[in-house]
Amino acid sequence: MLLAVTWIRAAAQYPLSMAMLTIGSFVVTGLDIAVILIIFSHTGSLGGFTLPEVMFLYGTSGVSFAVADMLFGNVDKLSQHVKSGTFDAMLIRPVSPFVQMAVDRFTFQRFGRTAQAATVLIIALTRLDMPWQRAWMIPLMVLCGIVLITAVWTLGGAIQFILTDAPEIANAFTYGGGQLTQYPLSVYGNDLVRAATFIVPLAFVNWQPGLFVLDRPDPLGLPYWLRFLGPVAALALACVAAFAWRAGLRRYRSTGS
Amino acid sequence: MTIFRYGFRRHATYRAAAFAGAFTNTIFGVLRAYVLIALWSARPGLGGYDVTDAVTFCFLTQAFIGPMQVFGGGLELSQRVRTGDVALDLVRPASLQMWSLADDLGRAAFLFLARSVPPTVVGAAVFGINVPVDPVTWAAFLVSVTLGIVVSFGLRYLVALSACWIVDERGVQSMSLVMTTFFSGMMLPLAIFPGWLGTLAQALPWAAMVQVPADVFLGKTAPLGALAFQALWVAVVLAAGALATRSARRKVVIHGG
Amino acid sequence: MIELDGVGRSFTVRHKTGWLRRGTRLVHAVRDLSFEVAAGEFVGYLGPNGAGKSTTIKMLTGILTPTSGRIQVAGLDPSRRRTALARRIGVVFGQRTTLWWDLPLKDSFTLIRHLYKVDPVDHRKRLAELCDVLDLGGFLDKPVRQLSLGQRMRGDIAAALLHDPPVLVLDEPTIGLDVVSKAAVRGFLRGLNAERGTTVLLTTHDLGDIERLCRRVMLIDHGSLAFDGTVEQLKATAPDETSIEDVVTRLYTRPVQ
Repeated sequence: MLLAVTWIRAAAQYPLSMAMLTIGSFVVTGLDIAVILIIFSHTGSLGGFTLPEVMFLYGTSGVSFAVADMLFGNVDKLSQHVKSGTFDAMLIRPVSPFVQMAVDRFTFQRFGRTAQAATVLIIALTRLDMPWQRAWMIPLMVLCGIVLITAVWTLGGAIQFILTDAPEIANAFTYGGGQLTQYPLSVYGNDLVRAATFIVPLAFVNWQPGLFVLDRPDPLGLPYWLRFLGPVAALALACVAAFAWRAGLRRYRSTGS
Repeated sequence: MTIFRYGFRRHATYRAAAFAGAFTNTIFGVLRAYVLIALWSARPGLGGYDVTDAVTFCFLTQAFIGPMQVFGGGLELSQRVRTGDVALDLVRPASLQMWSLADDLGRAAFLFLARSVPPTVVGAAVFGINVPVDPVTWAAFLVSVTLGIVVSFGLRYLVALSACWIVDERGVQSMSLVMTTFFSGMMLPLAIFPGWLGTLAQALPWAAMVQVPADVFLGKTAPLGALAFQALWVAVVLAAGALATRSARRKVVIHGG
Repeated sequence: MIELDGVGRSFTVRHKTGWLRRGTRLVHAVRDLSFEVAAGEFVGYLGPNGAGKSTTIKMLTGILTPTSGRIQVAGLDPSRRRTALARRIGVVFGQRTTLWWDLPLKDSFTLIRHLYKVDPVDHRKRLAELCDVLDLGGFLDKPVRQLSLGQRMRGDIAAALLHDPPVLVLDEPTIGLDVVSKAAVRGFLRGLNAERGTTVLLTTHDLGDIERLCRRVMLIDHGSLAFDGTVEQLKATAPDETSIEDVVTRLYTRPVQ
């Protein structure tokens, strides 16, 4: 997208700041893995999973999350755009405001995070003793994860059409979803896991397909076929998100004057 | 004092945003608590905490996000530096730093009520937390939180003023974010950081923001020593802020902004 | 070219009725508005502050969805076919720019070319023409935020016309401009309408715009049409007043039926 290139060029006018931002985003997300490493320096397993397994779950969710963030993370800035009136300007253009927001101020730093998550995933895969004939699931789960997280983000944006004054509420689901999927869901309470499976289907980002790849029984005893439902969940949530976005756009009230 | 009240009232108008923030902090508190519970059930007594201590710690850190502005920002000053309006502030007879501090304390006081109480109450209801019974501990805790807020202010003030010399201060901001989230104890108690990293982390100013007040609350540290540690960092960051203000004023006077 | 039939738009406004208690109230920004603008007309749209001018403009451009009635602009329903309409309509907001704040004007134009998918050859020709007539040559390389208001407005007008739309809608295009800039903008709009036959609808508080440009005037007050006719007819509503200002003042302040 040429729009994105123009933004990268504009940001390149401040090279030092750009470098610090890219390193910053690499390190910020690196901190998550540092936390995991510290935890595992004290224990051999967390929620019944070993360090490489947790890194695998972290890496797959991290790559999905980072790619979704890189492409569409800006959508959660909706309330800022509404308040400053720039959303009006997007609406008079012949391109969907969703796309315009996604590429607005597209910066290079967003690659930092994807690189970090991919690194963790690769390290995890090399240290993981897993049945290789199940590896075909990995690209599929990352792809479905991207769709699922983008859909959550879109929902977070759509909420802001109504709650313009409280955009932070969306963070609970967008970043909260990121936090949730970093660890094996077995560490969380059973009700929370059921909610993440059947209500906001974040369990399909990495948990259910991950159980298949790692060939582990479901600690909650949920049916085996759930592990293959990722694409269905992704499609369903994407439809809900698209509908919510459209409904929000129709309710849009603009700002004064 | 007037400025303090003004800061309180100004932020009280963003009630919806504060409640949204409290909601998000609570969700994150619950997610992190599960991870810590998993760790402490594998290693009871780790770092001198029991499971309930760890959960308490987790919700306290979430409670501090609002008042301590752990994720940076919160100062109108950075906006004013970018627009150049800071020149007007610098030539005013009142000290810019003290004036901003009073305003920031007002903000923090409001956010303490709006964003700290809800997550703590939810944490207590869902998991049960340790609450001190001794009024002396409570008094020490309140002093400790206040000192923590001042340290947080001092650091954010330096970041905001850095924009006087750097064109785009977002890079500095993101670096500051890394240091704060990691070294304050936000993500994991500093007590379980391994070896020299733990010792270093406990000595840095960021520890004064989250780790120390939480330890005072839990009674894990001698209150007087903890407060002295915080007071030392308060003196250092405020002195640095005063120096930075002086040289910013000289720069404005000479270069006209 | 523009047709409105019984169009209304209401907003629910929340207001405080006590601590934490809110009531809602329905406010009709526009009610039962019907008018038609034929191709090639030059229409002024007047009304006191808060009368519903901007709401009407936003409905015409598809930014806001009307709560009742039917709108057709260039043969399309704006809220349903917003992106298709965007290619046939140019929009200028006097109070805020639709350009990208920190990009050079030239880059804004390039972005717009991509957004509207204008053929590069046509684009270059059209841009050269507009640069010539609007005298943009001197500041094409400057970031938009450094432009004077008059320069910015000319840039905004050029941006709205790059895709050669048959309809141009302007919301207060002369607000805050000095006499020379005003004359330049007016001269350009008059020429555009006369030579290319572009249909122009503009809102304004400057009655000079009306007298010098518009053959037809519409006046909206309290959300409905209070007058529709030629400038001469407008003056005839109050024959004893000498200036158009006084005529309009009388219309604005007359009691509501």
